Amino acid sequence: MAGNGVLVVAETTVGANGSATVSPVTFELLGIGKKLAASSGGKLSVVLVGSGVKAQAGELAARGADPVYVADAPELGNYVAETYVPVVVAAVEQADPAIVLLAHTLTGRELGPRVAFRLGSGLVTDVTNLAIENGALVMTKPVYGGNALAEYVANDTDAIQIATVRPRVFEPAEGSGAAQAKVVDVAIPAEVGSAKAKVVETVRAATEGPRLKDAKVIVSGGRGVGGPDNWHYVDELAQALGGAVGASRAVTDAGWVPSTLQVGLTGTTVTPDLYIAVGISGAVQHLAGMTGSRNIVAINRDADANIFKHARYGAVGDYKQILPAFTDRIKELRK
Amino acid sequence: MYIIVTLKQVADPDISPNLFKIDPSGKKVVPPQGVAPIMNGYDANALEAALKLKEAHGGTVTVISFGPAAARDTLKRAIAMGADSAVLVDDPVVENADSWASASALARAIQKIGNYDLIMSGRQASDTDAGQTPFGIAELLGLPAVGPIGKIDVTGDKQVRVQRLNEDGYQVVDVQLPAVLVVSSEIGEPRYPPLRGIMAAGRAQIPVWSSADLPVIASAGGQQIQPKLTLRRLYQEARETTCEIVQGETPQDVGRALADKLREAKLI
Repeated sequence: MAGNGVLVVAETTVGANGSATVSPVTFELLGIGKKLAASSGGKLSVVLVGSGVKAQAGELAARGADPVYVADAPELGNYVAETYVPVVVAAVEQADPAIVLLAHTLTGRELGPRVAFRLGSGLVTDVTNLAIENGALVMTKPVYGGNALAEYVANDTDAIQIATVRPRVFEPAEGSGAAQAKVVDVAIPAEVGSAKAKVVETVRAATEGPRLKDAKVIVSGGRGVGGPDNWHYVDELAQALGGAVGASRAVTDAGWVPSTLQVGLTGTTVTPDLYIAVGISGAVQHLAGMTGSRNIVAINRDADANIFKHARYGAVGDYKQILPAFTDRIKELRK
Repeated sequence: MYIIVTLKQVADPDISPNLFKIDPSGKKVVPPQGVAPIMNGYDANALEAALKLKEAHGGTVTVISFGPAAARDTLKRAIAMGADSAVLVDDPVVENADSWASASALARAIQKIGNYDLIMSGRQASDTDAGQTPFGIAELLGLPAVGPIGKIDVTGDKQVRVQRLNEDGYQVVDVQLPAVLVVSSEIGEPRYPPLRGIMAAGRAQIPVWSSADLPVIASAGGQQIQPKLTLRRLYQEARETTCEIVQGETPQDVGRALADKLREAKLI
């Protein structure tokens, strides 16, 4: 590959108080980035874009990034592709990497393609495996809704190889606290600030309980729940377990619950210790979002439902009759 | 409003996983017997959103697909639903196309069509699940793109206000036109084509363009469309799970026994 080493594009979240922090997925990118840099004999660097983010550079250096490219300006406070793309491309030109990694988050799904197309490079999205074989980067991703895996290689091995990486698949880079960072300021191109898309307002859906993507226990409902009037069965079980509530795409498309609850390929990918699927058939694109769960429990009236091929424990029957006793017994046991 | 909607024809994703088979070459999927390909789900949502905008604000909807000759079926269905005209971009590279090839072909075809306020597309195709093409088109044409979108309102002559969905809810975004909008299913169910639409679609003439017919866009490479990636291997991972089905005399017994089983396994 031409260029040298790996450049990670840091993912940040802006908190309710307006300040930005580095998201945990960035450490996962540094983890796999470090391995790839080592096997190709190059450096691991990171680019951090935002407003008031420079202070985070030390944390990234502690995890092995050297240097840390920083673009810190008020107009970069809210992520908008048009402003971030030229900045990331400028960092890529300065860093001259062989490989660029982004997180496969809502930001990455947009930023990745725009950066790749601007650089004239191919891109593989949502990769779950990366390896260097004979000097080429082999990028593996789930396809056909998760029914299969596909391995891709770039046709031009001199071009920059770019991938967006699925969260919670790779081990985070080790390191803690802050280290002395070599910080390189990225020149912010003049076109930033003339964006044709402007964020006017941010609206948070009102949901109770733990956040889906971080939850250790999730109770998820599917079309088999029957309708929004029955959703309380799912809520009550989640509450009894102190877990988060999830939903299949059929349910969110039907509008029974906010789409922020959707677990699946185009929803949230979850990796809880316990995933309880109620009235969920186990469509492949749903499985794609939750097969990373440590233990799957399925309750469905159809003994042949696909979900049972992926569950560790199951119950076949009408959930309306099974769940109340299940929930009550759980409350008793957890007293 | 002049709207162009990009559509992809894909294998029907709603088949039973048992029917999903990979060709021994490990390069492609064996199409299941008797199951016709369909308009990609999210693209159907994008088309529905475009038709609603046309109904509310006037204008035209043109649909365009980059695909083999068979993709004509999806374009006809779009006309049956209410699209005004269709174009097929078919080229030998379709066999080995990646997102770069698809986006280049579509961007150049859109350039050839010329006049547009909005380009609309579904957020990802259910075969590759790549989700790049609409953003690639935007980049090659120098346009803003916003997605995934659950709602669109026209707020001015050259402006729309959209809801961009995220994990916690959504952002309200004002977008200056022309722009690319990347649509998600939250926008609403696609309509069924009415019978008179199906008959009109049957008569529709759909021009076919190849890469030789398309104008060159400097950022998209030369006259011949070239993919950037090669699919090296397509495979399935064997999954081994035995599910223990909890038994009981009544459903209530089953519920109770399941809880006890999970406690025994130290899961709750």
